[in-house]
Amino acid sequence: MTDHDELDAILAGHAGREGALLPILHDVQAAFGHVSEEAVRRIAQALNLTRAEVHGVVSFYHDFREEPENRPVLKLCRAESCQARGIEAMVAALPDNPRVAVETVYCLGLCSVGPAAMVGHEVHGRLDAARLGALVESLA
Amino acid sequence: MTVVRISDDAAALACEANAVAAAFAKAGCTVERVSSWGMHWLEPMAEIDGQGFGPLEPEDVAAVLAGTSAKAIGVIAEHPFIARQQRFTFARAGKTRPLSLDDYAATGGWAGLKRARELGPEATIAEVTTSGLRGRGGAGFPAGIKWTTVAKAAGPIKYIVCNADEGDSATFADRMVMEGDPFMLIEGMAIAGHAVGAGMGYIYVRSEYPHAIAKLQAAIALAVPHIAPFEVEVRVGAGAYVCGEETSLLNSLEGKRGEVRAKPPLPALEGLFGKPTVVNNVLTLAAVPWILANGGAAYAEVGFGRSRGTMPIQLAGNIKHGGLFEVGFGVTLGELVDEIGGGTATGRPVRAVQVGGPLGAYHPPADFHLPFDYEAFAAADGLIGHAGLTVFDETADMSAQARFAMSFCAAESCGKCTPCRIGSTRGVELIDRIRARSGRVADKVETLPQMHNARKAPRTLAEDVTLLEDLCETMKFGSLCALGGFTPYPVLSALRHWPEDFGMAAPEQEAAE
Repeated sequence: MTDHDELDAILAGHAGREGALLPILHDVQAAFGHVSEEAVRRIAQALNLTRAEVHGVVSFYHDFREEPENRPVLKLCRAESCQARGIEAMVAALPDNPRVAVETVYCLGLCSVGPAAMVGHEVHGRLDAARLGALVESLA
Repeated sequence: MTVVRISDDAAALACEANAVAAAFAKAGCTVERVSSWGMHWLEPMAEIDGQGFGPLEPEDVAAVLAGTSAKAIGVIAEHPFIARQQRFTFARAGKTRPLSLDDYAATGGWAGLKRARELGPEATIAEVTTSGLRGRGGAGFPAGIKWTTVAKAAGPIKYIVCNADEGDSATFADRMVMEGDPFMLIEGMAIAGHAVGAGMGYIYVRSEYPHAIAKLQAAIALAVPHIAPFEVEVRVGAGAYVCGEETSLLNSLEGKRGEVRAKPPLPALEGLFGKPTVVNNVLTLAAVPWILANGGAAYAEVGFGRSRGTMPIQLAGNIKHGGLFEVGFGVTLGELVDEIGGGTATGRPVRAVQVGGPLGAYHPPADFHLPFDYEAFAAADGLIGHAGLTVFDETADMSAQARFAMSFCAAESCGKCTPCRIGSTRGVELIDRIRARSGRVADKVETLPQMHNARKAPRTLAEDVTLLEDLCETMKFGSLCALGGFTPYPVLSALRHWPEDFGMAAPEQEAAE
């Protein structure tokens, strides 16, 4: 199945659904790792929206990428509760690893067992500098 | 065969509960995955015949089964942390398997919906009004009044929208409901649908909660025969904090940018797709089955002042006993932090407690007498919000926390209104200057000869602080929603209680009360 067909299949799967744009974008992001300009064009056509409207939505939400991220992604919670448990000092001391994308999220809801991180759907709590370093290394 | 119960809540999973569960299974036990008791400092916790053990590692399994474990905590239900609580919404926490319809029905599930159907829509709303239930998302608006407005609105199509975009730091009660007792939330939505005449409900869950999304989807599929003809669908957010604001959430559900709408029109009259819509928080809807099953009056018996019923309070940050503590309103902040929470995890003195998430005020220990009540916190220039407490020890730098509040607002602003969009960025710059004690020198444009009225002298620290207060006032009263409107709470509270962190003179010690 080509990318083209896969995109059409996603669009067909959401046909007639109320407020379908976000679910479509989630599926496109999951299938292709990003929402390309070509995808924006086809989604706009299918939903009878302008490309500007679809681009506006894609660029508004942090989850949607316009360029793919091919490295493994570690989402690190740096909100207040994890700050209170020392995440900022751990981030400052974290050696830079070019093979892992470390991204900031505001809150994984693990505030009582922080500092916390998420890789895919896998959650990690009670991190300290050593455990965080090992986690990054394990992804590289 | 020994039955071992271990939570599969994300907080337990983050502490390697799966490895502990696998170790028990390997030792020949039957492992049941249940919801979490909410004693998160003890996760992963195992329960065997009512006795608790935690926090466990796989190596501890042999000692637990031999009865020699040093990690035994005795009977869980009698643990002081549990015994002190009044659990209405979290009555099943730790006791049932989240996706077991049998467990749900055996613990009083569906009784609220059954009674609502017997009572009819009007009497159902009357029960909710009697209960005094107020919106648990933060604003504290009476649920009964909102439901009445939607019920009386004209039109054949109405919606129930559950706001599960729990983005505030220190809050996880919504997540625990969705992961631990999803049928209760679905039942609450079905009752709301029955009461106001809505046929469709949406649960808008943030994408940072993949476990909650999976549990809800599975639970909805199982619950269809119980809630029909009412339908529920999960919609997933996309990483925008502002979508927790109800009108921005509605735009997001409609497939638009999550920009805030001006009110009026109220969502109760023109909400999702322009139709009358009940937008309630997870905890509000989750409280409804209990209220219908036990009566609104029973719920209203508990509480303090105009805040009736119980509040699931979340203890987080640098706290020894972090977790979920559901209790009637009126418990004091000091009891929560010192007695129940056991003080800080690091053992250092508490410096500040932020109540209500990133938009809530920082409170010093001098505020520990405050009772947990919407009005009492408002009177102390704070808010209880979604009842999350983040504890900081004495190493916290409060001007850095104030700066974070502004930068968070700048990062998450939807951009619709100017005080929030631009004010937050100017706020970060201003706090940076205050922290650097650098003052501000007139820039190139200001020094042009034609700029007669522009100030040429550098601004002093005191003037910068006054400007920050002024900016906060503009944001507070000029923003469309709570993001810009409440960001001044953490900033101003930090400035008021810890001026020494901003380079100002420390306040004189207030006389003891």
